[in-house]
Amino acid sequence: MKVTRRALAGLLATPALAQAAPAVVVIGGGFGGASCARALRRNGLAVTLVEPNATYTACPFSNAVIAGLRPLQRQRFGYDALRAQGIAVVHQAATGVDAAARRVTLTDGSVLAYDRLVLAPGITLRFDALPGYDEAAASVLPHAWQAGAQTELLRSQLDAMEDGGTVVMAIPANPYRCPPGPYERASLIAHFLKTRKPRSKLLVLDAKDVFSKQRLFEAAWASLYPGLLEYVPLSAGGRVTGVDLAARAVVTEFGNHAGAVVNVIPPQRAGEIARIAGAADRSGWCPIDPGSFESRLLPGVHVIGDAAIAGAMPKSAFAANAQARVCADAITALLRGAPVPEPRLLNTCYSLVAPGYGISVAGVYRPAEGVLADIPGAGGTSPLDAPASVREVEAGYAEDWFETITADAFG
Amino acid sequence: MAPRLALLLLLAVPAHAEEAPPGASGCFGCHSPTRADAAIPSLRGRDPAEVATLLRAFREGTRPSTVMDRLARGFTEAESRTIAAWVVR
Repeated sequence: MKVTRRALAGLLATPALAQAAPAVVVIGGGFGGASCARALRRNGLAVTLVEPNATYTACPFSNAVIAGLRPLQRQRFGYDALRAQGIAVVHQAATGVDAAARRVTLTDGSVLAYDRLVLAPGITLRFDALPGYDEAAASVLPHAWQAGAQTELLRSQLDAMEDGGTVVMAIPANPYRCPPGPYERASLIAHFLKTRKPRSKLLVLDAKDVFSKQRLFEAAWASLYPGLLEYVPLSAGGRVTGVDLAARAVVTEFGNHAGAVVNVIPPQRAGEIARIAGAADRSGWCPIDPGSFESRLLPGVHVIGDAAIAGAMPKSAFAANAQARVCADAITALLRGAPVPEPRLLNTCYSLVAPGYGISVAGVYRPAEGVLADIPGAGGTSPLDAPASVREVEAGYAEDWFETITADAFG
Repeated sequence: MAPRLALLLLLAVPAHAEEAPPGASGCFGCHSPTRADAAIPSLRGRDPAEVATLLRAFREGTRPSTVMDRLARGFTEAESRTIAAWVVR
């Protein structure tokens, strides 16, 4: 079978093929999407990144911003380095995905054709999950679980609170973005209160009994914040079921808890475009092949980062960045017609329980029985009995990691 | 027609730098290949045999570490050597 001139002309007229290299569209410019776009481009592919915001505000270390330990400005990153690398950055939202036709529609109605699509849409906060807690309520009782104006709002409320006030935090059940994040936040808010408003209290209400780095957090709380931080797990009535906005209170089965400052971290699901595209299942998250991150529901579409169901891998910036590299190499192999090698992925998540006091959890993962599974014997948390010098080193590594990961993602 | 189309696509993908062995690209999550002032050391330009020896010491717990012992235990000696050879390039 010969390719006739006419057929060839037809091929070249197809937008995705008229370019020198196959086209990959990446939706979402966070740690997963930006890192993946850069890795794909390094692999020689034509990449378009679709991200509505000109500036990304990073969540890791935003708890330090809330506690007044760091300016929000240090959380902000732009996309100039991606453009300089030859990535087309389009500041619009994706409004539709036609996986059969391999096309993405944008807010202005324009259409991007792709050979492979990467969805890295992060999370959507479920404002339908806790009665009384909708988007308007979040402007009074901040979630601060997507960094930016919400981070500033919670920080300014803590600043304005009178000494002797009660801060209330509501933490959701799994899965959600950044499993240890709420406990780091509780720690750093407690540090803020201890040093700035020592007659105040922090009440932490949790919809679960078991959480990431639990023994390390609880040991640190007992030694650093006794009598200041009260933790109420699910089994002691900690599950928040709703919000009474007028009373500035959260609702539990056992009564309401009002606070001068109330931080509600609501349940979450994959970013909205994942649902629109049809990449999310009934759980609200996106099932994927653990070797290539290709969607189990949409061929030719890959999902990385918080939106993906990544088995034992947590929803973290580190994980999103690691998945981005593996996904970029898988896409490159697929477009070359080469086999996708079985990946091995890493994660390391640092948390600060006070300035200069860092703890970590790490994992190594491989595909097993259709999901990303922990490699037995690897991973785990910082030792419970480590000296202060180790906590200080880990706090320093946390900062260093942030510099490295943001340089990798945003240049 | 479809196979030809696939072929055209294949040819258009440039051969890229030698593929990362499994797990290796994850090292760059912490070890920056570009930041000169990092507290976590860069791996670029290091002796691969030295890196492999360090990975073994972390894996076997004979060298003190914070997180490297936990990560190194996810790889065999042979895997560690392959990773070491790649990350120093």
